[in-house]
Amino acid sequence: MDPLAAKYIGAGLACIGMGATAIGVANVFGQFLTGALRNPSAAAGERNTLFLGFALAEAFGIFSLLIALLLLFVLK
Amino acid sequence: MAGPNPIEQFEIHEIFPIVKIAGYQISLTDAALYMLLAVVLTAALMLGTTAGRRLVPTRMQSLAEVLYEFIADMIRGAAGEHGLKFFPLVFSLFMFILFTNLVGLIPYTFSVTSQIIVTASLALLVFFTVIICGLWQHGLHWFKLFAPSGTPIAILPLIVVIEVLSFFARPISHSVRLFANILAGHITLQLVAGFVVMIGALGVAGWFGAALPLVFTVALYALELLVALLQAYVFAILTCIYLNDSLHPAH
Repeated sequence: MDPLAAKYIGAGLACIGMGATAIGVANVFGQFLTGALRNPSAAAGERNTLFLGFALAEAFGIFSLLIALLLLFVLK
Repeated sequence: MAGPNPIEQFEIHEIFPIVKIAGYQISLTDAALYMLLAVVLTAALMLGTTAGRRLVPTRMQSLAEVLYEFIADMIRGAAGEHGLKFFPLVFSLFMFILFTNLVGLIPYTFSVTSQIIVTASLALLVFFTVIICGLWQHGLHWFKLFAPSGTPIAILPLIVVIEVLSFFARPISHSVRLFANILAGHITLQLVAGFVVMIGALGVAGWFGAALPLVFTVALYALELLVALLQAYVFAILTCIYLNDSLHPAH
């Protein structure tokens, strides 16, 4: 296979991870909303945990974006 | 593909050379300059506003007090009352990352936290603090961290291997999370801003077409502002959670 083509295919495959992360982040906010609507008085105290969970989940999507960018721009 | 290379913005340029030791050129680079700037800004905010302490705080003094209380509450929540002796470490890390992130968002400046060497140094600092303080305080009992109490003997070896692996993976995920978030954010900003120029160069029709990526750039900028605050917060709270292991190793 042409190495350049393999590089672009690899970058495209790496981006699948970002789709999986979208599910994860949606899960974090969705579960928070479910809990918050059931017990709104407890929701405010858990907002920090919400953002922590969001950042932890989002980081993995950023990792796969990083792999794609490394393949596209850094690897010769 | 036209447009500028989005990676170029992360190159480090030297401003003036200082000394040459054993073949290594030591010089003041723009990375070093912006790190110094972050330290100066932090010191100016915290020292300058609290120099003339008042019972009824001024606007800037209450900002400094809110930041102090915010971090103190975070440590109390994650590591307990004993964790407060690590307050200077956590607060310095938080303010340093916060200011380098925010200064890096100003166009034509340099974002220090987009360099893996900087975030890796900070993460390793936390990692070794956890190990050294844990051994200092608890001695060999600290190794109970790797063997959670109540685990059946049959699966204990497996659990210990997993716990040790996850412990050593911490500095990697801790540093790459911050670095990759900032790097990816700046690359995305540059790519979308590049579309504005590329489409705008097409003539009058292009000017209307360029409005879409321009609006998108502004929205992305707001997101990056959130990410800058959030990543500083996440780095600090993960530091608290890891320090909790060195203070209270038994699960």
